[in-house]
Amino acid sequence: MTLRTQSLLVRDDRTRRRNAAERRFRTYGRCAVGIVALALTVLLVTVVTNGASAFRQTFITLDIPLPEAKLDKTGTRNPAVMAKVTTLGYAPVLRDALVQQLADLGIKTALSDKETGKMISKEAVATVRDQVLANPDLVGTILTIDLLVEGRIDGYFKGRVTMESAALDGNTSPDALQIAQSLADLGVIKTRFNWRFLTAPDASDQRPEAAGLGVAILGSLYMMTVVLVLALPIGVAASIYLEEFTPKNRLSDLIEVNISNLAAVPSIVFGILGLAIFINFAGFKQSSPLVGGLVLTLMTLPTIIISTRAALKAVPMSIRDAALGVGASKMQSVFHHVLPLAAPGILTGTIIGLAQALGETAPLLLIGMVAFVREYPAVYNDTAGLFGEAATALPVQVFNWTQRADPGFAERASGAIITLLVFLAIMNIAAVLLRRRFERRW
Amino acid sequence: MWFLDVLVSLPMLVAMLAIVGFVGAQARVIAASGGDVRTLAALPKAHGTNAALSVLMPAFASLIVLSLVRLISNQQGVDILTPRVSFWLVVGIAVLGLLAALKKSTRTFRAREASEWWIKLLLIAASTVAVLTTIGIVLSMVFETANFFHQYSWTDFFFSTAWSPNFRGNSALGILPLLWGTLYVSFIALLVAVPVGLFTAIYLSEYAGPKMRSIAKPMIEVLAGIPTIVYGLFALMIIGPMLRDYFAQPLGLGDSASSVMTAGLVMGIMLIPFVSSLSDDAINAVPQAMRNGSYAVGATQSETIRQVVIPAALPGIVGAILLAASRAIGETMIVVLGAGAAARLSMNPFEAMTTITVKIVSQLTGDTDFASPETLVAFALGLTLFVCTLGLNVVALIVVRKYREQYE
Repeated sequence: MTLRTQSLLVRDDRTRRRNAAERRFRTYGRCAVGIVALALTVLLVTVVTNGASAFRQTFITLDIPLPEAKLDKTGTRNPAVMAKVTTLGYAPVLRDALVQQLADLGIKTALSDKETGKMISKEAVATVRDQVLANPDLVGTILTIDLLVEGRIDGYFKGRVTMESAALDGNTSPDALQIAQSLADLGVIKTRFNWRFLTAPDASDQRPEAAGLGVAILGSLYMMTVVLVLALPIGVAASIYLEEFTPKNRLSDLIEVNISNLAAVPSIVFGILGLAIFINFAGFKQSSPLVGGLVLTLMTLPTIIISTRAALKAVPMSIRDAALGVGASKMQSVFHHVLPLAAPGILTGTIIGLAQALGETAPLLLIGMVAFVREYPAVYNDTAGLFGEAATALPVQVFNWTQRADPGFAERASGAIITLLVFLAIMNIAAVLLRRRFERRW
Repeated sequence: MWFLDVLVSLPMLVAMLAIVGFVGAQARVIAASGGDVRTLAALPKAHGTNAALSVLMPAFASLIVLSLVRLISNQQGVDILTPRVSFWLVVGIAVLGLLAALKKSTRTFRAREASEWWIKLLLIAASTVAVLTTIGIVLSMVFETANFFHQYSWTDFFFSTAWSPNFRGNSALGILPLLWGTLYVSFIALLVAVPVGLFTAIYLSEYAGPKMRSIAKPMIEVLAGIPTIVYGLFALMIIGPMLRDYFAQPLGLGDSASSVMTAGLVMGIMLIPFVSSLSDDAINAVPQAMRNGSYAVGATQSETIRQVVIPAALPGIVGAILLAASRAIGETMIVVLGAGAAARLSMNPFEAMTTITVKIVSQLTGDTDFASPETLVAFALGLTLFVCTLGLNVVALIVVRKYREQYE
């Protein structure tokens, strides 16, 4: 038999191996944390860099002569009569204005007038028409106005479209980009911050430059209102009953298991529920914020119940005992003492639940919120009822834009994601601040 | 006269009756007390609350019951209750409640107990909403699934390997390709999430100092708070094209940006916080004394973790993995945007495949006809998904409950 270790001062092979294993293990751990950090950074950085440009938009400043002969043949300046001239009638007016402006500025081009006209967004025609109909006296004068340029031109100024890619693209050409560059050098075309992205409604397939989040933000806001109004009271009431009143029996056990299972049901299943029960059975309107809100309420309820129960549990028993001791009823001890003390925790949980609901997409797809909606939904109207008008939601709008062919929508989708993340960040920071400010340790 | 309409609308009418009850009951008992409220068995306010609740609660309950009756009778094609009849029924019940409460409001009536009885009823009703939701989920899918199996044989649905819905009829609606896609994506996701999540949890709870933890924990929380649509977009715009350009095409494995790998990787990232926070709880529940015992006999820290801490925390960790698997199976947006739409049974992870959730979305959006098997199949898929995830959750719960060691 030989001794394995000769000296305490010399490390033997086995110790060395074990120490190496220790170092390796620790490295695995560091790598794992590193992967998390890397994933988060890459995710946020790519989304933000892809989407930041959606908040900037390229505009062209045009002087548009508005000829009476074309826009108001009767000369009565009556908007009802002038409305007969459709956007098709306005398109040549804008095209001529641009061609004229190019000639005035001395920019020569090989493009035909028709191709030149394509540089202005199709949305711009509607903008001008709306302006004229709102103010008929403009006819016959020269209107100076900032108009959207076509999506590819806009993409050129944001670096998305290059001369090489334009050469391969049927919707634009290097010549058009050349003109745009000369106009930009003269200050006629400018890229600036774009409020319209947050306020304008969605736009059709060919005009990503005009698409905005107005309807989606409004729809999300309505749904959050429904969720807050329904989920908070129901969730708090259910938690109070389960935490403070339930006798330990089969029924309460069933409810408990139910809630924990409900929290793990895939969100798309709630969409099926909404479609089958709220829309097909109960006859609510498809794609209305009311149905969306109801579905999200059922989804967030378990989250709110779980966090509310934790908050109630954190209130020490002595508070209840003290209340009972001076003659309060069980109900009074809960509503006068326990609930106010648990309020910050409940509120924090509710905000986190709302944030979850705000980002949820899948169930909303099934209840028809992917529809193309251009009208701002009203809170109430006589036929549709409360929150009954069709709307979309922020995350659904993102999905919707990813399904469009025009690459301009990819930028819009990322921009919408930034907006969504900003809302979520605000809500979560509010929750954290609330917790810091009001949380009590007993 | 819109305000007249609002005034005679049901909620307004009931609310007014409740206010009348609140004020009236108080006035009645104050009059009965002869000016000294101390002679009453309950405070006037309690009488008021009781009267208001006696109006609101029965009215609300009857409104729900009547709407249900109306809906069900409409489904059957008969019209038992016209809106006008149900309107007056609800109002009548509210008035009855008001009168009964007013009549009861006497000097000796224990109004606080009565009002608390109403409130307790309200609390019970709220806590049954969760149960009702589950029942609603099951009912909503069971009926339509039964409809589906009347039109399409269940053996074909469960055992056919072909999925090609055709809205002109004659579709092949076999779940196997979808199930394969779902499991393949989930497998890759777990392959990413379990090691990374577990090692993150181990490192943060066993090795990291407070400074490291104060950075890493919020990071994981942020990752957990990011909506799945963001991950989906990430898969679609970044990971998909990257995998295609640097792996799939050079290796000759395919040229699709949406693939099982894309969806699996991104879903794995999504699941990391889930696995890590649940494992963290399990690891932290292992008492320090066990670690100290292991150190005392000369084990290194990693040996302690591998041979003492992990085995002790294993039920919790297995539960976490099962819950993560259930999440992965039910996840929708990442696979909709990252995995593709073609149903395929293939081993190549760089090929586009599709999952159950993707097909639920595609069969139920757009123009749907609730009589055709192509639409109804979504409910059968939904039920399958629900049963699978429920099974996983229940198993996870049992594992955690049954095998968890209690160290106290």
